[in-house]
Amino acid sequence: MKVTDKDVAYVADLANLELTEEERPRMLRDLNAILGYVDLLEELNTKDVAPMAQVSDRFGVDPAKTGSARFAYARREDIHEGLRKSLAPAVALRGAPETDGTFFEVPKVIEK
Amino acid sequence: MDLTSLTIDAARSAVQERNTTATVWAESHFARISSEDDKIGAFLTLSNERALSQAARMDALAAKGEILPPLGGVPVAIKDVMVTRDVRTTAGSKILENYIPVYDCTAVGRLEAAGAVILGKLNCDEFAMGSSNENSAYKPVHNPRDLERVPGGSSGGSAAAVAAGMAVATLGSDTGGSIRQPASFCGVVGLKPTYGRVSRYGLIAFASSLDHIGPLTRNVKDAALMLRTMAGRDPMDSTSADIPVPDYVAELEKDVRGLRIGVPKECFGAGLDAEVRTSVEIAIQKLASRGCEVVAVSLPHSAYAIPAYYIVATAEASANLARFDGVRYGYRSAEARTLSDMYRKTRDGGFGAEVKRRIMLGTYALSAGYYDAYYLKAQRVRTLLTRDYEEAFGKVDAIVTPTSPTAAFRLGEKSDDPLAMYLADIYTVTANLAGIPGISVPGTPTKSGLPIGVQILGKHFNEATILRLAQACE
Repeated sequence: MKVTDKDVAYVADLANLELTEEERPRMLRDLNAILGYVDLLEELNTKDVAPMAQVSDRFGVDPAKTGSARFAYARREDIHEGLRKSLAPAVALRGAPETDGTFFEVPKVIEK
Repeated sequence: MDLTSLTIDAARSAVQERNTTATVWAESHFARISSEDDKIGAFLTLSNERALSQAARMDALAAKGEILPPLGGVPVAIKDVMVTRDVRTTAGSKILENYIPVYDCTAVGRLEAAGAVILGKLNCDEFAMGSSNENSAYKPVHNPRDLERVPGGSSGGSAAAVAAGMAVATLGSDTGGSIRQPASFCGVVGLKPTYGRVSRYGLIAFASSLDHIGPLTRNVKDAALMLRTMAGRDPMDSTSADIPVPDYVAELEKDVRGLRIGVPKECFGAGLDAEVRTSVEIAIQKLASRGCEVVAVSLPHSAYAIPAYYIVATAEASANLARFDGVRYGYRSAEARTLSDMYRKTRDGGFGAEVKRRIMLGTYALSAGYYDAYYLKAQRVRTLLTRDYEEAFGKVDAIVTPTSPTAAFRLGEKSDDPLAMYLADIYTVTANLAGIPGISVPGTPTKSGLPIGVQILGKHFNEATILRLAQACE
């Protein structure tokens, strides 16, 4: 088994999840099954292959242009009003579970 | 009027020529939803008010004798992962159960600007994570062609609504096959455009480098119309491409004669259902009889697509879904006493099992000590998979494969085995990794009458060619 109980607890912590006692053994089983399958990738020698994070930096851009010129179309003037006018505070807060009318409210940040 | 066969042009013309009104179209669709959707489960929210006020606007235009816009009065519905101003948007998740967005998704806004009448929001797998729609936090969707079977996923509600006559066309999202596979299972057309062709602004992000918005429709021409309406640069999405949008509808008039069709042997091997194979072969013969040249091609890294995909997709998802923390919108656990406790209890209570599984897998793949072995490795394999396509497209204009290895499976059949479920996407995920466009068009059904989809893949920004070929298969 690649993943242990301890790993599940550690990764859940990183992901801001708790997972119940019932969820943990199932998670352990599923992660091991999936990662076991992912091991297939080890068959491939990728030493000299560049990683690919995005499509849009290779396709859909003018190949004759280089550097920042290539993405010049995505730039815009800094606009203070108009196109990207910000949401009014009351609108931005509308969906929040708790606010004081100006700020989002959360439970105590400093834990004693 | 049979709502199950209504097309965009027929719906619009009837309003234009004043044989009916957009209001009647909207109301007859709402009536059908209320009589049919109890057994199908495609809708999560109806937007009656928004629909009827738009319908009234279209009726007023028609009454004045003005030319209606291209989608004038046409009833459409939207997968619930696209935000809609003042209309509840859940992403199929409890964590957004009461979320009312304050802005519109660009694609939705463009449809509405073209006259479409938005009926409501469609059920889907939670955060678009699934291949059967069984991961919806609200209810499963039943396949209108056979209620015991799944509609596919994650855009299951989008496919089922079109198949069952509850919307003329719908929007879905596709991160690994989520438009094409449900289209295949429900017997409708589903198009995933090139990455960057349609703005993703307002699409609740699952995996940002793989997410796409696209239409599900009753025929290829409607898909072309929907794409023409939505495509094009959007300043709100920096990855939307600055490339002119062709008239996809006019392009359909061109002949397919002389086009070269690639058939990759890797997509016809073990695991492919015999009836699906036959159906795709019939489609290939049909294209050959219309003058296409059929060429054998190879996509040698196909076997590595699913593992590479599930690492890249879950890694991106784990980052994207970090925003659901109970602070700015959505559900917040009432039990928590401290901030970190609040994050955890909110996410634990708000997310379903598959979403947690993918967040965990993605977090693991990105964590110290595993990043190179999993995430970077998967990204390198993504390069290899993309090169496979580049080489194949050096020889052919399009590639034909099955959309899914089987026809629709039964509810519950795979829901306990995530790996078996992931394999339902084996022929579709590579198009997302490479960013190429793909369409699923109904082929010859199984003997028992279940739909089968034929997938046609094209070069970047060459939707016109795959639409044309798909129409030749209809």
